[in-house]
Amino acid sequence: MTALHQLSAHELLARQDAAEVTAREIVDDHLARIAATDSDVGAFLRVTADQARAHADDIDRRRAAGEPVGALAGVPLALKDILATRGVPTTCASRMLEGYEPPYDATVVELLREADAVVVGKTNLDEFAMGSSCENSAFWPTRNPWDLSRVPGGSSGGSAAAVAAQHAPLGIGTDTGGSIRQPATLTGTVGVKPTYGRVSRFGLIAFASSLDQVGPFARSVPDAALLLSAIARPDPRDSTSIRKPLDDPQAQLDVGAAGLRVGVVREFMEGEGLDPQVREACQQAVDRLTDLGAEVVDVSLPHAPYGLPAYYLINPSEASSNLARYDGVRYGLRVDGPTTEAMMAATRDAGFGAEVKRRIMIGTFALSAGYFDAYYAQAQRVRTLIARDFEAAFASCDVLVGPTAPTTAFPLGDKTDDPLAMYLNDVYAVPASLAGTPALSLPVGTDAGGLPIGLQLMGPLLGEATLLRAARALEVDLGLDLTPRGAQAVGATG
Amino acid sequence: MALSEQQVRHVARLARLALSDEEVAAFRTQLAEILDYAEQVGEVATQDVPPMTHPARPANVLRDDEPVDGLAPDEALAPAPAAEDGRFRVPRIVGDESAAGPAPADDGAWTSTGEERP
Repeated sequence: MTALHQLSAHELLARQDAAEVTAREIVDDHLARIAATDSDVGAFLRVTADQARAHADDIDRRRAAGEPVGALAGVPLALKDILATRGVPTTCASRMLEGYEPPYDATVVELLREADAVVVGKTNLDEFAMGSSCENSAFWPTRNPWDLSRVPGGSSGGSAAAVAAQHAPLGIGTDTGGSIRQPATLTGTVGVKPTYGRVSRFGLIAFASSLDQVGPFARSVPDAALLLSAIARPDPRDSTSIRKPLDDPQAQLDVGAAGLRVGVVREFMEGEGLDPQVREACQQAVDRLTDLGAEVVDVSLPHAPYGLPAYYLINPSEASSNLARYDGVRYGLRVDGPTTEAMMAATRDAGFGAEVKRRIMIGTFALSAGYFDAYYAQAQRVRTLIARDFEAAFASCDVLVGPTAPTTAFPLGDKTDDPLAMYLNDVYAVPASLAGTPALSLPVGTDAGGLPIGLQLMGPLLGEATLLRAARALEVDLGLDLTPRGAQAVGATG
Repeated sequence: MALSEQQVRHVARLARLALSDEEVAAFRTQLAEILDYAEQVGEVATQDVPPMTHPARPANVLRDDEPVDGLAPDEALAPAPAAEDGRFRVPRIVGDESAAGPAPADDGAWTSTGEERP
């Protein structure tokens, strides 16, 4: 018999509608799954079991009384610990915010509660979302449910791992330069970075504000679309929030790939450092799209190879400015000193980990007198050219495709001593982040070691519905079983 | 580009990071490597290309000028490491700095606003 934690969000909703199961039973089953397996995975920094049970009971009570329930009623959800939750510790996996309880909820958190999604816990991440392996967490590294000796990717590695390990069918991540898409690839899940501004950033603890975007993880495209629909809302509290409502992605989901113009990004498929097995799996997926009736063409994003260098100037520059707020005054850690300046410097040295300090240093340098024009301003001009490349490609294509990441999941510790090698994980993810366009990662196969491989699908600004439609067509055609398996997989020994 | 120890300490100072000697040494190498990589942006011809500061098209976003509830002062102060009389409490900023002790890990002569003294 299929356990409740193996079911999709859609199935869990249908079973509740048919009165076959209660929200409380669903939540209890997932909490039991977490208790049994999260000591191996380490996806959650905090399991909010009591609140989750109370919320589930309330949903069941309302259902029984004929009162309205939300669109995600009773569906467990894993929330990245970078979104402010009132009265619940919100740490960004940093010593700087250890024990910090925000006095307000992020808009996304309010919308999830309105939809009656049941938050089962807050998930691990690379500290302040800076990293691609979840090893930069100040607390512990999260492990990949497919192979516990390997990383789940990052920075949203905790949410990705929680969804892959069946701790919850839905997860919320954030993507600044691949932090949803890269872990989705490494954990065999679907991860969507919406158009910049599609989802409110109010209460998302700021990293690089011109790039940060919230998005869903799920084990299928329809579930990802369902969650996106619940969180994509204009928000007066975020001045960069898109005022135009999201076209309902679920309405077009099963239209199929016939007639779609799909551009294969040359610079990605011929990229340096691309694992031949990843390339092969992506090529096969592209061939399937052709068979499904899509018109597949080669396209070029000539400035995309300059995306990662530009990103590593823009991102640290914005981060160095945003993280100036951690000064030991208003919230978080304080290490006392004889003067305010001494207190601030000691607090920041003690509270930030190595990668956070590294980014603050790069950003402060890139913005400093004498270097600003050659670094930050030049990177912003390159960003314009990358955005124009996408615009030109979308003049003749509905969707662009390529690999999400150059490799499958790598062993823990493999890249922790080489920051640049770690950054290269996001070489294919970063261009869409710079352009602000939506993109997602869809599992399309496994390598010889059984580790998942993801295809990246990129759409024009506001093009989520078409993106999800193309991904759904491919997902149905491939029909992959995405249950982590193998000797090193979670639950393999029990 | 090569970075001197002095440059690294200067940047750390601007960023209010009291780095250890080991961190300064490690960052000299790592920042140079990362900046060497990032300097590839200099290869791109960008004459007449405007900088892109943001994917959202710049536009003023105004809300109706009506009062809305915000955080109550005690809620806003609750997460603070130290508060007193409805305000954030910090160590002495102005006054007799010699009595407060020297500023940390730098060559002095900076005010708390980060401006160099004449």
